[in-house]
Amino acid sequence: MRRFIVPAATASLLGLILLASMTDALNLYWQSVLMFMGINIILSTSLNLVNGNMGEFSCGHAGFMAVGAYVSSVLAVALFAPGGFMGGPYLPGYLTVFIFPLLLLAGGLAAAVTGLLVALPSFKTRGDYLAIITIAASYIIKSTIENVGAVGGARGFMGMAKITTAMTDVWDIPWMLLWVFAAVIFTLVVIRRYVSSTFGKGVDAVRQDEIAAEIMSVDTDRIKLVTFMLSSGLAGIAGGLFAFVLGYINPGSFTIIKSTEAMVMVYLGGMGSISGATLSAIVFTLLMEVLRPLQVGKWVIIPMMLILLMQFRPEGFFGHRELTDIVPGLRRLLGREGDGK
Amino acid sequence: MALLEVVNLTRDFGGLRAVCEFETTFDGRELMGLIGPNGAGKTTVFNVVSGFYAPSAGQVRFQGKNTAGLKPHKVTALGIARTFQNIRLWFDLSVIDNIRVSQYYHLEYGLWDCFLRTERYKRREAAIEHNAQEILEALNLAEFAQELPKNLPYGLQRRVEIARALSVKPKLLMLDEPAAGLSSADVDDLIKLIGWIHKEFDLAIWMIEHQMDVVMKLCPRIQVIDFGRTIADGTPAQIQANPDVIKAYLGDDAI
Repeated sequence: MRRFIVPAATASLLGLILLASMTDALNLYWQSVLMFMGINIILSTSLNLVNGNMGEFSCGHAGFMAVGAYVSSVLAVALFAPGGFMGGPYLPGYLTVFIFPLLLLAGGLAAAVTGLLVALPSFKTRGDYLAIITIAASYIIKSTIENVGAVGGARGFMGMAKITTAMTDVWDIPWMLLWVFAAVIFTLVVIRRYVSSTFGKGVDAVRQDEIAAEIMSVDTDRIKLVTFMLSSGLAGIAGGLFAFVLGYINPGSFTIIKSTEAMVMVYLGGMGSISGATLSAIVFTLLMEVLRPLQVGKWVIIPMMLILLMQFRPEGFFGHRELTDIVPGLRRLLGREGDGK
Repeated sequence: MALLEVVNLTRDFGGLRAVCEFETTFDGRELMGLIGPNGAGKTTVFNVVSGFYAPSAGQVRFQGKNTAGLKPHKVTALGIARTFQNIRLWFDLSVIDNIRVSQYYHLEYGLWDCFLRTERYKRREAAIEHNAQEILEALNLAEFAQELPKNLPYGLQRRVEIARALSVKPKLLMLDEPAAGLSSADVDDLIKLIGWIHKEFDLAIWMIEHQMDVVMKLCPRIQVIDFGRTIADGTPAQIQANPDVIKAYLGDDAI
């Protein structure tokens, strides 16, 4: 029985959200807030793998997001959009419903490969050096895109709205909301399965004492590469969703500010905690909306809150603990003594 | 075939020769001590044998296989486990997770098994968990399985570190100053523990130790090095009577 609690709760939450959006109980504004919340959850939990669990310091999450965003949008527009770009359409519009997740995965895969290219040279170093290398890499990605005319260069790339329209032509439901929701669940399941396996515990071992890990038979180089690729791949999926939710992307969306937002969420939630990173992504998204009237002023308030957080609760909301550690009743309810799912 | 052959091992750090032409052989089930004054090069010998440093000259052969160029985790997977002078547990992973992670060498499942939770994943994780429990029970640590090592007293941390090394199922167990920092009661326990491990497990033990009573009680054969050179090799009685050893420890003028 207990093993069905989480899937059932998830399914009813999805049903509730879809129903509310279709009956206009949830207007377009709140739908978009929910979608950005989902994207932020993916960004913060995936960055948390590297910055929290592995204890490295990656500052270039937006770069991988950009790779995912561009790869999945360009592919989608090339395959489905009528007229002009790459001579398409090559596939009929109704297939978007089935191909779309594959496009997201393709974006994620491209981002993971980019992650590998960044990680290979940089994992000889640690700490500060990785921070510098990842910042540099995200700038390289951004300026590369700015200089490729075929994808719009600095002007940006659009046409994704045609794909989302093609999906609603098949069946009129809030598709993007559905995809974001599915991607969030996918991300959380993948990360949770990863970090709870013996393989994934090796990531924590590397953070705590890399030399001891290597001496105790852990292939530290492999673990670091796999973790970094997983993290950047998931960021790529978040990027793909971001592109389709907005319908328009430009290189300016993926600057250091975006990477910083992801880092703020990780440190807010508590490093190495999946539930912490999720909760902080939710809080952060709502905060951004609440502070929206302040316009640029919110970038005074939010860093200020970060400073206060570091002063008074440097471990974040949860700090290497999960929700189930903090609320023991929940663990019993879910039947997760020790380890599970 | 010998278990471990260290032939003509030399290791330089820049202009400093930390270890010079060190030799030793393990046939299978010995318990050998390696002693010497501070800075003699004992830990360097361990670091080379465990693959952490490459030898500048000479060879380390484990079961006939030259370990040169192998990364430390590969050397460990061959069956060489070690502990550290200053305890290097993963202090924020539970005791049982410490033992689980150090069985990485025989995970035998890939990333996809992990994501899809395949039968193979479940079988392997269950086996790893089972091994870990077994080792903890053997070393009387079962009740601390869920504790974090940072919350355990020092003597228990030592014991956990030895348990972690044993989880690699080593053929050679290297202990780097296991008695360092222990109270005298803990030292007595440690002597019993090492003797028991040597009797129960099919392995050779090689230990560096500064506390002479530990080495003298445990090790039938002892090697002494000073300034990287081997100055004596023999039984405890021979070592105690060796003038070079006395000179190395007490200096010329004291005699």
